[in-house]
Amino acid sequence: MDKIETTDVLVIGGGLAGERCAMEAAALGQRVTILSLVPPRRSHSCAAQGGMQAALGNCVKAAGDSTDLHFLDTVRGSDWGADQEVARIFADNAPVAVRELAHFGVPWTRVRPGRNVYHIKGQQVAIDEPAEKAGLIMHRDFGGTAKWRACYAAAGTGHAALYAIDGEVLRLGIEVRDRAEALALIHADGRCHGAVTRCLRTGQVGVILAKATVIATGGFGRIYGRYTTNATINEGTGAAIALATGVVPLGNMEAVQFHPTGLWPSGILVTEGCRGDGGYLLNREMERFMVELEPAKQELASRDVVSRHMMGQIRDGKGVDHPGGPHLWLDLRHLGEEHLTTKLREVYEICRDFLGIKPWEELIPVRPTQHYSMGGVRVNKDGEAYGMRGLYAAGEAACWDMHGFNRLGGNSLAETLVAGRIVGARVAEFAADHQIEADTGLALAFLQETELTIDAWLARTGQGPNVYDIRDAMGEIMMGKVGIFRQGDELQAAVNELRALHDSLDQAVLRCREPGANPELSFALRLKGMLRLALVAAMGALAREESRGAHSRIDFPARDDRNCLSRTLVRWGHSEDEPMFSYEPVGLLDLPPGDRGYGKASHVDMELSIEQYNDSVLTRQQEQGRLATQEPMGASLREGAWHDAEARAGLTGT
Amino acid sequence: MATESDSSRELTFEIFRFNPLDPGSEPRMQTYTLREEPYMTLFRALNRIREEQDPGLQFDFACRSAVCGSCGMMINGRPTLACKTLTSDLASTIRLHPLPAFKLIGDLSVDTGTWFREMGSRVEAWVHERQAFDPEAIEEPMDDDLAVAIYESDRCIECGCCVASCGVANTRGDFLAPAGMNRVARFMMDPRDGRSTGDWFEVVASDEGVFGCIGLMACQDVCPKELPLLEVYGYLRRRALGAAFVRKQR
Repeated sequence: MDKIETTDVLVIGGGLAGERCAMEAAALGQRVTILSLVPPRRSHSCAAQGGMQAALGNCVKAAGDSTDLHFLDTVRGSDWGADQEVARIFADNAPVAVRELAHFGVPWTRVRPGRNVYHIKGQQVAIDEPAEKAGLIMHRDFGGTAKWRACYAAAGTGHAALYAIDGEVLRLGIEVRDRAEALALIHADGRCHGAVTRCLRTGQVGVILAKATVIATGGFGRIYGRYTTNATINEGTGAAIALATGVVPLGNMEAVQFHPTGLWPSGILVTEGCRGDGGYLLNREMERFMVELEPAKQELASRDVVSRHMMGQIRDGKGVDHPGGPHLWLDLRHLGEEHLTTKLREVYEICRDFLGIKPWEELIPVRPTQHYSMGGVRVNKDGEAYGMRGLYAAGEAACWDMHGFNRLGGNSLAETLVAGRIVGARVAEFAADHQIEADTGLALAFLQETELTIDAWLARTGQGPNVYDIRDAMGEIMMGKVGIFRQGDELQAAVNELRALHDSLDQAVLRCREPGANPELSFALRLKGMLRLALVAAMGALAREESRGAHSRIDFPARDDRNCLSRTLVRWGHSEDEPMFSYEPVGLLDLPPGDRGYGKASHVDMELSIEQYNDSVLTRQQEQGRLATQEPMGASLREGAWHDAEARAGLTGT
Repeated sequence: MATESDSSRELTFEIFRFNPLDPGSEPRMQTYTLREEPYMTLFRALNRIREEQDPGLQFDFACRSAVCGSCGMMINGRPTLACKTLTSDLASTIRLHPLPAFKLIGDLSVDTGTWFREMGSRVEAWVHERQAFDPEAIEEPMDDDLAVAIYESDRCIECGCCVASCGVANTRGDFLAPAGMNRVARFMMDPRDGRSTGDWFEVVASDEGVFGCIGLMACQDVCPKELPLLEVYGYLRRRALGAAFVRKQR
């Protein structure tokens, strides 16, 4: 029966995380099939502009950098929400991932020996790069880091990385099906067997059975409607089908990052590299408010902190008026035409194409905009999903969880490759040890359920709401009430309104019944999952009565390490009415919770000692479905290795 | 700034429609009207038409910020990216067709993905490295000027506009086309790639390659990324001729 196909490893998502994972599995001898909504080179990874964090320490402003400092920055950036062992694995492996990309052909910007003029905190600074570092991979400054650490290929880092990795996928002969998606995971008794798929050329549905399945579908920014920097394809389908199993939990869905500089009103991203290279933020009075509010890091505090200060300016009436709502200014004029058309060329092109302005002459309208999903499919350090053997997740779709409640700029691109390498190897080992275990009866049952859903959509007629109106309403609720500043009554209203929208979906009516993929039907099939992601994000935000990283509650302004040093988990079975929330410890603590060094905030201290907290981590995570890992918990943590890292690098510890 | 008002233009869109999967569908032009908005791009306009007037209309967008290459189409007869085309730069009647030279999926949607994948396999668009990756070693130094040059030719986003504009690619399916030539040049100039001039000779020194170009050079005019495709052809011709010379001397 041609509706059922088989492969060794099924990778859902053809961006950097999925492709790097596929490469690793294929190199270890597995037959791999990648499903991608679009040709893989059009995946949203290609849009990452600014850089990839890795502590190579090559230029003068990076001198003394170490993986220990990268670990510290990442954990502080996460506001202690990260799993510190995962942050450690990440920081230790990021340099290898960056150098491997150089090997695959990425044209990293290199150190130019001799006199270089940089813009640092608004000043022009001349620095002599030593001859012995000539031609090594260069770094630029990004928010929330102690050293210049972001490696970059001009302003097209993600593009260059994705093209290099996709070239390797081509070389390895990995099967890629573009214009294809997964609509459901096939599973039974805590074991995943593949997915129900749909071809977006023809609308045909089918089944791919696999020994191991990987979710690498990226983030879910489109639940914020048009208020996102994300591509139109970032609809969170991977997280949604994992949630629909009712077994696999999603982690920290309320942890949503807003990027300080979304172009207003289109939402297109303007890279953090602009501020790294010396760009300023201005209010309507042309004041550089970040200098006063964050004297140490200024425009380069972490994204959550900068976004909040920007919204504070807007709330205080210091925004610039616009028909779509007030905004602030990004000022790059002092960087000059040559710098903007070479080192920040993509930024220049965005200004030219979407605003019709020259950024060396005019100011750029910006406003914080949804940018990144820290939450996702909860996995252990091997990338294996809680409660579901043979199911893995990597990249933004996963909650691996190195970002906690705030991701640092440049850490996501690096995560896709580090996680892709590590998870890909675990996937290959799993596939080598297992057979395809599902029978056709199970596969056909799942397929039939999807077919019935499609038939129901096509059969329903009448005057019900249309799917795009429901989507727009969801976006307004999410941005208005589950945005940068949150409070209980608004979140409760958001939950109620999203619930009503979710229920209205049963009356929604399609207007298109043409043969083929049918764009309206394709969207409708994702909308229920999107609404469920929005609901669990809003409910998780309502339940988390503290402020941590990007989750900022006006009514609970302190970070509460006594009661909330935890990860939110949520499960929602396909046919159940209500999601189930639970909590687990964030992971083993190595760096004790403390001040981040930016973003004035208070916290409630832990009641337990670090030792007491750490004692229960493994059992409490196992109770939540954490599966056994190849190496025991903590094996990669290198406890205490960070102790004198700041002194070694000539920094004063905070 | 102007808001939507009586003073805004009424735009007329004439859009090619054909669904190859619908036995009842015939290729035709269909007309839609839409009130223009400030800073309206074709991304916004086409989505409004689909969501408000014709839910079956097929087209492709992903990043909507001119970096992913999904939305190449013929706009008033010229291939370009729809997402970065402002309606204010166009007359009030806008004619849209799918890119030629690619297989039609439906309406404005064409299969650029399959074309570029085949091209990538044909020219083996990956670094043929000299030695295996050593995870313990630091990176090989590279002069930044060379890195910039490689980055410049690596900027192609595979949108297919150059292919659609190419007189040869439209008549000969086996022609590598400008995007293919640019891909070859990108790896040829990369010292990390171990392929010799002779290896490249097989790929480009033929009528399917650089000598198939008849010099119309529309490709450089239409490239949304402003790649210097004219220079790419010049570079490849010089390298191909050099390779032929070396062969003869052997």
